[in-house]
Amino acid sequence: MRLQILDSGHGFGTKVLFALIRAVSRQPVLDVIKLVKYRPDFYGDPMSKITHEAMRGPCSWSVADRELMAALVAKTNQCEFCTKAHSAVAQRAFGNGEKVSACLVDLDAAAIGEPLRATLLMLRKLTSENGVDADDIRAVLAAGASPRQIEDALAVCFSFNVIGRLADAFGFSVPGPDAFEAGAKYLLARGYR
Amino acid sequence: MSEIEQARKALVSRILEGPSKASPSQRRDAFNNSGLAGPLGMLVDKVAKHASRVTDEDIAAARKSGLSEDQIFEIVVCGAVGQATRQYDAGLTALEAAGKE
Repeated sequence: MRLQILDSGHGFGTKVLFALIRAVSRQPVLDVIKLVKYRPDFYGDPMSKITHEAMRGPCSWSVADRELMAALVAKTNQCEFCTKAHSAVAQRAFGNGEKVSACLVDLDAAAIGEPLRATLLMLRKLTSENGVDADDIRAVLAAGASPRQIEDALAVCFSFNVIGRLADAFGFSVPGPDAFEAGAKYLLARGYR
Repeated sequence: MSEIEQARKALVSRILEGPSKASPSQRRDAFNNSGLAGPLGMLVDKVAKHASRVTDEDIAAARKSGLSEDQIFEIVVCGAVGQATRQYDAGLTALEAAGKE
């Protein structure tokens, strides 16, 4: 972590919470948790509200679909931390690791439904090129996604375009797979609040 | 307004207008990725355009320019939320345009 305050500038109560997390999970506290718990009124609390709503709120995309969108946005931004974190959640949610890696390696050929594929392609373009046009959206609608589903996918895209940038700018350390597995279990059980 | 839209507006309003260590103009400029000069301008531009290329030196240079860690924290958050907001708005605008034609 490039800013010391984000690593160790938390108040006493938060430090106790971190000690508990370490004791229960037997894993280090992920840097993303340290970020949202630092001066949470500024960023962590309002951001977690958005992310929880986007990822776990009422939506016709499944939790697994949304976690896959998060992983794809992260991969497009070349954010190693978020790609690994949300691939782990998506794999667990789908109950199928190969599906997730197939989408991240070759989205055009992956065995997924057309509405999801077209949505992921649009999110990838929006993330890498900072824009999409009406024709890009029409392609998603033609593949069978509804306007509401597109809007919901844009909200997922927003969250992970914020979080990925912060992960890379603040230099989150990338732990081993066990820590991401523990994080994935937690995110599926409790969400982002 | 949907719950997400309300929550997004609350975040933007908090980071730009709420109490902070960085000045309102620094936060606004970081959000817009415009008007910031020197190491801070370079850092914010990287956060917006290719955050994976931010280095230890970029953060160190921002500190050397006289900013505290808390100010850098706030400004980087504003830069990230600003760029993600422009992407989100572009998506919504395209969705609206697709529905009209």
